[in-house]
Amino acid sequence: MDMKRDYYEDVALFSSPVAVFWFVLLLVLLALLPFWVKNYYVYLVNYLAINVIVVLGLNILVGFTGQVSLGHAGFFAVGAYGTVLLMTHLHLPFVLALPAAALVAALFGFLLGLPALRLEGPYLAIATLGFGMTITQVIGRIEAFGGRQGLHAPDLAIGPWHLATDRAFYYLVVPVAIVLTVAARNIARTRVGRAFVAIRDAEVAAETIGVNLTYYKTLAFALSAFYAGIGGGLYAFVLRFIEPELFSLLMSIMFLAMAVVGGLGSIMGAVTGACLLTWLDLQLRNITGVPVLGAWLEDLSRQYLTTTGLSNIQFVVFGAILIGIMIFEPLGLYGFWIRAKKYWRTWPF
Amino acid sequence: MTDFLQMIVNGVAAGSAYALMGLAMVIIYKTSEVPNFAQGEMALVVTYLTYSLLATYGLPLHTALAATLVFAVVLGVVVEFCVLRRAKNPSVLGMIIITIGLEMVLMGLVSWKFGAEEKTMPFPISPYDSILLGRVYISTLEALTLAVALVLMGLLFFFFRFSRLGMAMKATQQNPVAARIMGIRTRRILMITWGISSLVGALAGVLLAPVIMQPYMMWDPMLKGFAAAVLGGMTSLPGAVIGAYLLGIIENLFGGYVSIEFKSVVAFAIIVLVLCVRPSGLFARHYVKKV
Repeated sequence: MDMKRDYYEDVALFSSPVAVFWFVLLLVLLALLPFWVKNYYVYLVNYLAINVIVVLGLNILVGFTGQVSLGHAGFFAVGAYGTVLLMTHLHLPFVLALPAAALVAALFGFLLGLPALRLEGPYLAIATLGFGMTITQVIGRIEAFGGRQGLHAPDLAIGPWHLATDRAFYYLVVPVAIVLTVAARNIARTRVGRAFVAIRDAEVAAETIGVNLTYYKTLAFALSAFYAGIGGGLYAFVLRFIEPELFSLLMSIMFLAMAVVGGLGSIMGAVTGACLLTWLDLQLRNITGVPVLGAWLEDLSRQYLTTTGLSNIQFVVFGAILIGIMIFEPLGLYGFWIRAKKYWRTWPF
Repeated sequence: MTDFLQMIVNGVAAGSAYALMGLAMVIIYKTSEVPNFAQGEMALVVTYLTYSLLATYGLPLHTALAATLVFAVVLGVVVEFCVLRRAKNPSVLGMIIITIGLEMVLMGLVSWKFGAEEKTMPFPISPYDSILLGRVYISTLEALTLAVALVLMGLLFFFFRFSRLGMAMKATQQNPVAARIMGIRTRRILMITWGISSLVGALAGVLLAPVIMQPYMMWDPMLKGFAAAVLGGMTSLPGAVIGAYLLGIIENLFGGYVSIEFKSVVAFAIIVLVLCVRPSGLFARHYVKKV
């Protein structure tokens, strides 16, 4: 039952022992995964976990606090460049460099949050978008940051362990993602999370009951940027090479799309949305390899369109998904899940 | 001094394209409060249609232009009717996401159909012929864009202020419920708004195409036009145009005197700074939400 009977039930981390069971099962499966799948899939899961981290952060800002951001690639870039530069120039160990870079990203988030206090709707959209584009451009023009050529990530070592393979890196990325997921869940159910939701639902009312708007809005930006920074720092080591072009406006839009498709304002939504769209992205990149559909699309392109442009099908699909989600189920995959649950509970009737 | 004047003129020329995009976005925002991220891609579709009519089917220029401008209006109307109207009481965020989705679909379709390589638009007015004004040069295409932008701004200004349809649009934005009670068919008004806006944006696309024509061509003008509209206040037509020329001029002066490298981002830096001081742009009254 979803009915909550007292306060402690409402704020519980897990709604029932069944949820605990599934969570533990998931942890066990994730721990064993690298032993029985191919290396490529381990790489894929690493990549996925990073997107999950960023989308969780974005969800705190967009889903819980109701502030739009089209500049998350900027924070992501700060995290990535920050981690690599702190390691190569200041020779910090990775375990210090990653949180430090994420804190720098959080500082940027706080700074962007300040003008955002007075902005809403399209004004906020353009301000965050401008921020994201400016960061990328500035990084690309500074020679010490590798300029347009980009940077190679240094070797990664935590204490005595060298994480040279994707499998080794998996045991860093996935635990971080899990910890941050639980942390996000915790933020959502505490005083801070409630303040965020109050700001989203009614700013004036929230202020009236004593929610400090300045504090909580900048906090939401900083937290969100922190998540993006951690994601960025890990991303640099998954790719092993970063360049400014990666952190484009398209990347910000993709993050936003993941958050929206999964379901704004829901932690599980953020995770599923990130997983689904990342997987779809990789599938669509080699669409011609997909059985039946790939051949049919190739044929269609040859006859009516251009074969060179076939790769653009991913834009068409993503765009259509975004529109469809917004029109039919604004709560995203999470909304579908809730509806399915409700339907089956009373199924024969 | 001549350099300075030349930079100003270049800025004005660049600003005209931003102004057209900005106007198109303001028209939609004025009636429906939707920041239309698909504006550039709607213009892109129309531009590529013009290209195929001219280059592939060899239609004469006036026929092709007339056909595409009609198509632009139809495209706007169809988009409003099929996509935006279908969203059930969406938030601003929802609208932003729908238009971004639309933008991706349209851009994907255009680059799927035409490929990513650059095309040459067979347009009689070339961007490489210049007119000498005193001591500064302006290309004929830039002059044409400038003229179109100014004429359109004037027409739209009078349209919104004096025509019945324009006033109905304003009423729809200010209070949709009251407007409906007064007998304004607000949904039809929204459709017409999208049609007009699509037309204005399409003009920008067609006028930019002779300079550069590939599927990403409208990204920059759209973002700069949006930035200009925000600078001007998002609800003010003259504001959007003034904002666009300001952006164009500042961008060029910055490129000339400070750093050519950061020219393309200075616009966004300015936007953020201006919004810190005036959160609703330069020319719009800031509404404080009352409960």
